[in-house]
Amino acid sequence: MNTVDRLSVLKTYKLYVGGKFPRSESGRVYEVTDSKGAWLANAPLASRKDARDAVVAARKAFGGWSGATAYNRGQILYRVAEMLEGRRDQFTAEVAAAEGLSKAKAAAQVDAAVDRWVWYAGWSDKVAQIAGAANPVAGPYFNLSSPEPTGVVAVLAPQDSSFLGLVSVIAPAIVTGNTVVVTAAEGAPLPALSLAEVLATSDLPGGVVNILSGRTAELGAPLAAHQDVNALDLAGADDGLATELEKAAADNLKRVLRPGTVNWTADPGTGRMLSFLETKTVWHPMGV
Amino acid sequence: MTFDYAPAPESRSVVDIAPSYGLFLDGEFVPASDGKVFKTVSPSTEEVLSEVAQASAEDVDRAVKAARKAFEKWSALPGAERAKYLFRIARLLQERSRELAVLESLDNGKPIRESRDADLPLVAAHFFYYAGWADKLDHAGYGADPRPLGVAGQVIPWNFPLLMLAWKIAPALATGNTVVLKPAETTPLSALFFADICRQAGLPKGVVNILTGDGSTGASLVGHPGIDKVAFTGSTEVGKAIARTVAGTDKKVTLELGGKAANIVFDDAPLDQAVEGIVNGIFFNQGHVCCAGSRLLVQESVADELLDALKRRMRTLRVGDPLDKNTDIGAINSAEQLARITALADAGEAEGAERWSPSCELPSSGYWFAPTLFTGVTQAHRIAREEIFGPVLSVLTFRTPAEAVEKANNTPYGLSAGIWTEKGSRMLWMANKLRAGIVWSNTFNKFDPASPFGGYKESGYGREGGRHGLEAYLAPSSPEGAR
Repeated sequence: MNTVDRLSVLKTYKLYVGGKFPRSESGRVYEVTDSKGAWLANAPLASRKDARDAVVAARKAFGGWSGATAYNRGQILYRVAEMLEGRRDQFTAEVAAAEGLSKAKAAAQVDAAVDRWVWYAGWSDKVAQIAGAANPVAGPYFNLSSPEPTGVVAVLAPQDSSFLGLVSVIAPAIVTGNTVVVTAAEGAPLPALSLAEVLATSDLPGGVVNILSGRTAELGAPLAAHQDVNALDLAGADDGLATELEKAAADNLKRVLRPGTVNWTADPGTGRMLSFLETKTVWHPMGV
Repeated sequence: MTFDYAPAPESRSVVDIAPSYGLFLDGEFVPASDGKVFKTVSPSTEEVLSEVAQASAEDVDRAVKAARKAFEKWSALPGAERAKYLFRIARLLQERSRELAVLESLDNGKPIRESRDADLPLVAAHFFYYAGWADKLDHAGYGADPRPLGVAGQVIPWNFPLLMLAWKIAPALATGNTVVLKPAETTPLSALFFADICRQAGLPKGVVNILTGDGSTGASLVGHPGIDKVAFTGSTEVGKAIARTVAGTDKKVTLELGGKAANIVFDDAPLDQAVEGIVNGIFFNQGHVCCAGSRLLVQESVADELLDALKRRMRTLRVGDPLDKNTDIGAINSAEQLARITALADAGEAEGAERWSPSCELPSSGYWFAPTLFTGVTQAHRIAREEIFGPVLSVLTFRTPAEAVEKANNTPYGLSAGIWTEKGSRMLWMANKLRAGIVWSNTFNKFDPASPFGGYKESGYGREGGRHGLEAYLAPSSPEGAR
C-alpha cells in the first residue's frame, strides 16, 4: 500500500469576464494567503484594462438580461443556489481558509449565502409590485410607475465577508435586471473566483456578472470614472477611497451606494435592490 | 376676414410688491448680515420690481441653526398636526392664487394663462397631496415609523419658482424635516410671498427659512455641514458640482437636472393631436422646462405633412405681454438666458440646420425669443445634443421603431420622452425601451402631485411627487439602508 500522500492538483484561479475565464491581460498575479499567512494560491491581479473589458461585457449583456422576464431571472437565480448547494463543501473550505473561520462557522456563512440567493430569486417578480405604483392623477389619464434596472453597476465587494458579503451585494443588483462588474475582497478573493464557476454553469448569461480580483483602489478608480457605468456600490471601500470614488462618480451622475457598517447575516431588506432601480412613469390619456 | 385680438391684460393691482425684502429667517424678515442686496426685474419690461437681500455664508449658518432648532419640535409633532399646517398652507395658496399668479408672471415672464391655470393649481395640489401623507407615513412602504432626516437644504430654479418650492417644501415638511430654501436669483419674489403664507398659517418659527441670493448662497447652503439633505433642481453642470460637494458625507441627495427629451411621432399618430402635443411640449413656459420635448423625432413618411401642420399652428402662437390673458409665449427669464438661447440657435444655423420662425413682432423692451423650428438636424448638431432651455425645437426623422429608440436614447440625459401612435402595443414597446423617467404617450408635459417625476442617467437621481417622493426625506428603514 502506498503511504505517500497524494499530491493535490492546484487550481489556477482566473478572472470571470463576459462568461469566459481569462487571465489578467496584464499577466500579473498576487499571492493570496490564509489568515495565518500560509500561501493558498496566486490570484490574478486585474488591471484597468480588465476593468474596462468587464464594463464592455456587462453593457453587452444588459439588453438581454434586463429584457428577460422577471420569472426567468428568478429561475436563474434559484439555479445559482442549486449549484452552490452542490459545492457546499468546497466553499466551506475556501471561506474557512480565507477568513480563518472554523469549519462550522464557515459552513454557516455558506448556508446563509445559499439561502440569500434563494431569497433574492423570489424577489425578481415581486419588486415591481412593491416599488411600482398606479398613480391617481387628477385627470383622465392612465398613469403607472414601474421600477427598471439602472444599467451597469460597479460593485466593490465587502472586504470583511468574502462570500456571504459578496453574494449579498451581487444578488440584489442583478435580480432586478442590472449587470455588474464586481471587485472581489482584496485579501480574500478565492471564494469569489470560485463563485464564477458556479455562475458559469447556472444558465446566467455571460457578462451579467463579471468578477475581478486585485487591488480594490486600483480597480475602483477606472470603474468610478467610467462613463458607461451607471451606478456604484462602495461596500468594500474605506472612507478615504469612498470619498474619492464618489467624487469621480459625479462626472456622469452615477447612483452611489455609500459604504456603511453592515451585518451581513441580518435580514438585508430591500434597500440594496431599490438603490439600483429607476422609476419610469408612463402617462396615457383615457377616453373613448 | 380675420379678427384681431384686443389686449386683455390681467390687473397688477391684486399684488403689492414691497420696494425691498429681507431674508426669511427663523420666522422673521431680516436684512443680510453684510447688508448686501440685489434687484429683481420683470423680464418682459426690464422694470425693477424690488430689491432683495443677498444671503451670505453667515446668513446660511444662521438659517441652518434656526432650522435645526425648529427640527426638534417639528419632527416630534404628531403627523396629524403637521398635516393640518400643510392643509392650512394649501388653502391659503388657493385663496391667494390670483395674487401669486400675477406676481409669478411679473417676476418670471411666463404668461398669466400658465401661471394661473397650471402653476398655482399644482402648487396648492402639492401641499394638499403631501399634507395627507404626514399622518400616514407608516403606510408608505418605507418601514414602520420612518424617521425624518433633519434639516433639508433646497435650491430651486427660476422656471417654475413657486411650483418647485412646493415640490421641495411640501414633502419635506410632511415627513418632519425642516428646510432652508434658496429660490433662484432672478425669481425670488414668490418664495418671499410664501414666507408670508407660512406666517398666516401659524407655522412654527424656523421650520421654513427662505434665503435669497445667487449661486454662492446656494453653494454655502449645499456645503454646510449642518444640513442632512440636499435637494436641487437645476442644471446638470451644477448638479455634478453638488454631487462632488456631498461626496463622502452623510448627506442624502436628490437631483432633478436637465433633459433633451425626444418627442416621437409615428406615421399612424393622430397628427392634429400630435401637433398640439409638440407645441405644448416645447413652447410651454417658453421652453424653460427641463422635461421639454426639444427633439422632435418624426417618422419620415409623415414628416412633411406634420411639419406643414406644425408651422401652421406655430403661426397662431401669440408672443408678448405675460399679463395678457391671450398670450401663449411670454418673456425669456433673463438677459443671460436669452444670450444662451441665441448662441445655441446661431450654432444650429452655423452647423447647417435650417431655421424657421413664424413672423412675429417682438416687444422692444424686455427679453424675447420667437418660437423657432430647426429642420435638417443631425444627431451631431449642438441643437440636438445640448439643452437649450428655450422655445427652440430640433426636428429629426426616423424610418423604423428601432431607429427611433436608438436616436431617442442617444443622449446623456434621461428625463422624459413622448410617443405619438394609435397602436397600443407599439406605445408600450416603445415606452419600455426608452431610458427616461417620464414617458408621455399621446400627451405631453402633464404633471400631478400623485405622479413621480425624475430622471435616468445625467438627468439626476431621486423622484419627486407621489409616494416615491417621500423616500427622499426619510431615513433608511432597512438595516443596510438605501442611499
